[in-house]
Amino acid sequence: MSLCCFVAPNHPASLLGEDPGSVPLRSAKTGTVVDDTVNAFGFAVETLPSEDRPAFFVGKSFFNENWIIAPGSPAARDGLGPLFNARSCSGCHLHDGRSAPPSQGAVLTTLLLRLSIPNPRSNQAIIPEPNYGGQLQTFAIPGIRPEATALVSYHEVPGSYADGDTFTLRHPTYRVTELGYGPLAPETQLSPRVAPIMAGVGLLEAVSEADILSRVDANDRDRDGIRGRANWVWDIRTKTNRLGRLGWKAEQPDVYQQTATAFLEDIGITSSLHPRESWSAKQSKDQPLPAGLDGRPEISDKILSDVVFYARHLAVPAQRDVDHPSVQRGQRLFTDLGCAKCHTPTLNTSPSASSPALRALVIQPYTDLLLHDMGEGLSDHRPSFHANGADWRTPPLWGLGLIQKINGHSTLLHDGRARSVEEAILWHGGEGESAREKFRTLPRSSRHDLVAFLKSL
Amino acid sequence: MATKWLLSSIGLVLSVLSAAAQSQRPQLSNPSLQPVLAHYAATTERIAVDCVSTARTLQQAILLLIQEPSANRLDEARTAWRAARIPYCQLEATRFYEGPIDRFESFINAWPVDERYIDAVEGEPNVGLIHRTTDYPILTKDVLVGLNEHEGKRNISTGFHAIEFLLWGQDTRKDGPGQRPYTDFLPPSPHHDRRATYLRIIAALLIEHLEWIHSEWAPDKPGNYRSLFLSMEPSQALAKVLKGLGTLTGPELAGERLGVAYETREQEDEHSCFSDNTQADLVQNVVGLSTLYFGKYPPTDGTTSDTPSIHSVFKAYHADSANRLNTAWSQALEAVKQIPHPFDQAVLGPNDGPSRRAVKQAIRSLWSVSDQLAKSAAELGLKLKL
Repeated sequence: MSLCCFVAPNHPASLLGEDPGSVPLRSAKTGTVVDDTVNAFGFAVETLPSEDRPAFFVGKSFFNENWIIAPGSPAARDGLGPLFNARSCSGCHLHDGRSAPPSQGAVLTTLLLRLSIPNPRSNQAIIPEPNYGGQLQTFAIPGIRPEATALVSYHEVPGSYADGDTFTLRHPTYRVTELGYGPLAPETQLSPRVAPIMAGVGLLEAVSEADILSRVDANDRDRDGIRGRANWVWDIRTKTNRLGRLGWKAEQPDVYQQTATAFLEDIGITSSLHPRESWSAKQSKDQPLPAGLDGRPEISDKILSDVVFYARHLAVPAQRDVDHPSVQRGQRLFTDLGCAKCHTPTLNTSPSASSPALRALVIQPYTDLLLHDMGEGLSDHRPSFHANGADWRTPPLWGLGLIQKINGHSTLLHDGRARSVEEAILWHGGEGESAREKFRTLPRSSRHDLVAFLKSL
Repeated sequence: MATKWLLSSIGLVLSVLSAAAQSQRPQLSNPSLQPVLAHYAATTERIAVDCVSTARTLQQAILLLIQEPSANRLDEARTAWRAARIPYCQLEATRFYEGPIDRFESFINAWPVDERYIDAVEGEPNVGLIHRTTDYPILTKDVLVGLNEHEGKRNISTGFHAIEFLLWGQDTRKDGPGQRPYTDFLPPSPHHDRRATYLRIIAALLIEHLEWIHSEWAPDKPGNYRSLFLSMEPSQALAKVLKGLGTLTGPELAGERLGVAYETREQEDEHSCFSDNTQADLVQNVVGLSTLYFGKYPPTDGTTSDTPSIHSVFKAYHADSANRLNTAWSQALEAVKQIPHPFDQAVLGPNDGPSRRAVKQAIRSLWSVSDQLAKSAAELGLKLKL
């Protein structure tokens, strides 16, 4: 677990590109760190005061280290399972980064499947599958049957650019076998999800609601073909509807709920927010919950709050190669093609964000944090609150160019189906179709410029 | 016109002054770094040699224990384990720059060990690989190594702390280490033979990994890490050395190993939780760090000015910073020595109690070293991000 980096004494990367109307960047705090090593996603924002180091490091420790089966000697770290997808957050968010889907025919380990059955009413929370819950957990502690094994297979569909160059799009299909607790309900909906990067989640959380909502245009009043919508979701702690902004369909309102829910569903760790294990009635009938896995929350409020603190204060790597001509051309193309209409280059965090270290930052996430219809090809056919199957939150693009180095792969999109930046762009349908077509019809050198720009992020 | 002349003459004065300042400072040159890096590599190799030999002694003690279990032999195996920790904790100062130790670190020193995954725990006598005879009828090295990949990332049950668990057992008492009886290795203890097999396998695996690390630092082995290290751009190699020292000192020791336990007050949130060896481990970590910083092995008091070391580089380049760092290292070593044993008790009690104050002081002094290392590195034109 390494935090140091060595920055060669060349140029400190001048932070960010030009954005008309943005605050002069030299005088603005940006939440970035100048680093391009394998640890680039794991540093604290520069504004974090040193008296907050303890909270950051406790959080980092409980994010990175494995949870073990209860009863274990380090009692603060036991409670794994009974069902789980990973033993630690870092198991999927390796180096605070993103996970890859399995290869052809392989078993799902760092990609998970969310489950539900159809909800006859729209704009509601999902209804969990009755026996298996809201997520398929493919691992279990010894003595407990895992829920299932899941496999992926891909088939490739060829296509071509206007200039004759070819590409293929990789279509995944998922198969669930070795079901441990009986058949899945008819019409069970599955949504495959890889783990997105951790860096920057606190910065996104700190953008004001009003700011995000100012870009909503559900009826496309400005006739630009873009209809960004908000996802209003349920906040468990306050028992209210709140703006969702984190996660692939913006289903989580804040880092706290995202984190506590992930602890429960992905690792089997209970908390004040989720005091009971994700263990259905059918599962209890089959096998009683193992001793040591009921009762007290397995993660204390203090430690959970430190993990949330950690996640919240992760910086994002500053853009690299800002002065490279290809990158600069690519940046102009990004606007010309209309990418910036959803992938908003610059946002500001609120001057009254709950953490002082995150206030009034000028950030470059390249997202509007809104839902957009991305077309049938990318649909998971699983509505969640105000998001339909084809709706996805614009993912942030910061860190894109470092994923290969940090996580050893270059897969993108919610299920990692795209093996490259180009393939991710070519999957854009629905509201993104027009931009995709413009990309597909660009000459090769311009396509390279756009990709160079995206990889500088 | 007059203003322009004034400005340019001020500019001239300033550039003369800065040139004078620069000329007093020796340039950080490649030739001056070569002997420092060679000495670092040689010192690391000597520590690695000691890791292998103490691990072999541990293996012998384990084999004797298995052959004829007795309280004495269990004691000797435990003593050998503690002795093997000494050079390994020193070697940890070479982590964090993707050097040899990083390749196998998670097999050698992974924490926390999943006790219930390996062996019986309190209240559950039939759990663990040792008791799962149906699923794993035979335990071999390949079975254990293969399991690590199978059940999700990083469920590693090998290395020092797995051996520690098998020698001491769970630490369920407030006032002492684990109390596994030697009879766990004799009939009628269920699957005592498999316990012995497991222990034998992981002891051999430990030696294998440590031997590999040693060979990577051995002299006259073309293509190994040492040869790569000594032929790379010297300032790059220096940066790696500093990254290793700085990361272990600050984020890992002060932040994680001391800091987390101090914050959570969790008694067993300590790396050597079965044997209660944590305080001794910490001392050896700092000994290793200062050994590689000052270039002396085994460490002796004071330094001689002709030892080519990081210290000598910093001293030549910026004596004040080097002196500050010198003091900071001494304070850090003293502070970890002052942490009362056992560590798991030291973090308990009120904040103004003597033991928590000692832990807090150790945390503070380790961060001081780490922060000062970053500053001194910056003065050399290198940037350490912590």
